[in-house]
Amino acid sequence: MENLCDKTAIVGIGRTEISRNCGRTELKMATEAILDAVEDAGLNIEDIDGMINYTMDTAEQIEIVRSLGIPNLSFFSKTPYGGGGSCGTIAHAAAAVHAGLANYVVCVRSIRDASAPVKIGDFDTSKSSYNSDVYWGMYLPYGLITPVSWIGMFTQRYMHEYGIQDGAFFPIAQVARENANRNPHALFYNRPLTYEEYMDSPMNVTPLRRHDCCVNVDGAVAIIVTTADRAQHLKQRPAYISGVSQGMSTNGEQMTSFYRPDITGYPEIEEYGKKIFKMAGVTPQDIDVAQFYDAFSSEIPMQLEALGFVSKGEGVAYCEGGHRIRPDGELPINTSGGLMSEGYVHGMNLIAEGVRQIRGTSTTQIKDAELSLVTGGPGVPTGGLILKRR
Amino acid sequence: MVQYNKQYPTPRPDVNEDTIDYWMLMQETKQLHVQKCKNCGTYSHPPRPVCHNCRQFKLEWVPTTGKGTVYSYVIYYRSVHPGFEVPYEVVLVELEEGVRIISNMIDCKPDEIYIGMPVEVVVDQVWEDLALPKFKRRNT
Repeated sequence: MENLCDKTAIVGIGRTEISRNCGRTELKMATEAILDAVEDAGLNIEDIDGMINYTMDTAEQIEIVRSLGIPNLSFFSKTPYGGGGSCGTIAHAAAAVHAGLANYVVCVRSIRDASAPVKIGDFDTSKSSYNSDVYWGMYLPYGLITPVSWIGMFTQRYMHEYGIQDGAFFPIAQVARENANRNPHALFYNRPLTYEEYMDSPMNVTPLRRHDCCVNVDGAVAIIVTTADRAQHLKQRPAYISGVSQGMSTNGEQMTSFYRPDITGYPEIEEYGKKIFKMAGVTPQDIDVAQFYDAFSSEIPMQLEALGFVSKGEGVAYCEGGHRIRPDGELPINTSGGLMSEGYVHGMNLIAEGVRQIRGTSTTQIKDAELSLVTGGPGVPTGGLILKRR
Repeated sequence: MVQYNKQYPTPRPDVNEDTIDYWMLMQETKQLHVQKCKNCGTYSHPPRPVCHNCRQFKLEWVPTTGKGTVYSYVIYYRSVHPGFEVPYEVVLVELEEGVRIISNMIDCKPDEIYIGMPVEVVVDQVWEDLALPKFKRRNT
């Protein structure tokens, strides 16, 4: 198989503000983020000929194309499974531009979780599924209804297997918050987080308390992908796509993969991890900075294990005290504040931060970062991305 | 245990041809059944159309012993559905047959539940025409 390593690059990033009440539609935010990314890349909107967004996006591609007057798309697709689709958009885009199906592909996610007229929780209480998927019938009648409970189920078993104590996830929330406190774009820019505040925050769904969880926000992020050859002639330093892959492993479900022999790990993450490190020709120890998908704090140690940064059961110990994962540590993580403290733009904002680290423009810049990892949502079919500066 | 606020109907399961027998057997026999492959003996849950182990379309419904242990659990403190009074627990039970099933307890407070707790199935006739398999403590 031909290696895609460094054949494609991210050349533009764009975004809206992150807020709790944007006062406009997902479609409008998507168009703003795309125009911002086009400007950032030094392109014209007419150059865009490919588009990828999430199956969960309500801003339809045809509406985006119409609104922006994009002349024609020769490639368009969507990635499924919520935040698991974040890096998947880049995989589709890289494949498309490398194959010549399109020249400049924009990946976009526009989310209005905080203020949308209809959101999770506002539903007919007798409704038995979110989207006609019958498998919800095994969960919703028992009140297992929200993402925090699905991830909580994995986390409880994980804590049991490895003797993890209540409060052990605090350093993860703390480091994300410290990074957000340097990022004016972050929802929690002005809000520090102390151990006392963390421990005093109410249990949301045991074993996860309020500050183990991201908060719903409104916002959009757009990313432009093209070939390495074209990237060299554009405005920004290219973030070369060294490794990218999706992963969907057996006997899984959307968020409720409770039936595998071991539920303290995520086989789809192990699988995409092997692929992206091999594709990039590097090891986890070579990674300079990482943006881990962190809708919930416990997802980070479990990803550290699944991706081979540490052995099974050692993820929480690795994060203890936070010194290894701070900006001056051996593996700085979530330098914009992550989903928990910058905002839950469904993982697309993590990709933008991964690119900023390559460009040298992060508000928590890791000096001379050459390899930047970004991961998609755990607990669902997902994907990951390694970006390179060269 | 879950206490329902009957003012707000709680979700009934959607069904299709792959899953309806699971619920019908529960309603008609008041026993928990799961799928087992006639060809290779592999158990399956939740229901699916074909044996994932041998790819034969020979799954049959067999009664379980109903005995198992709590494999994991969560406790809801923050209400997300007005039909479920908080706090309440949701348990992941591993049955003796090796399959796991999501459910609620009927005889425990949330803070009495622990991983490894022996449990056995009971029928909770939540609706006249539809029962949910739930669990109670099992003496060992």
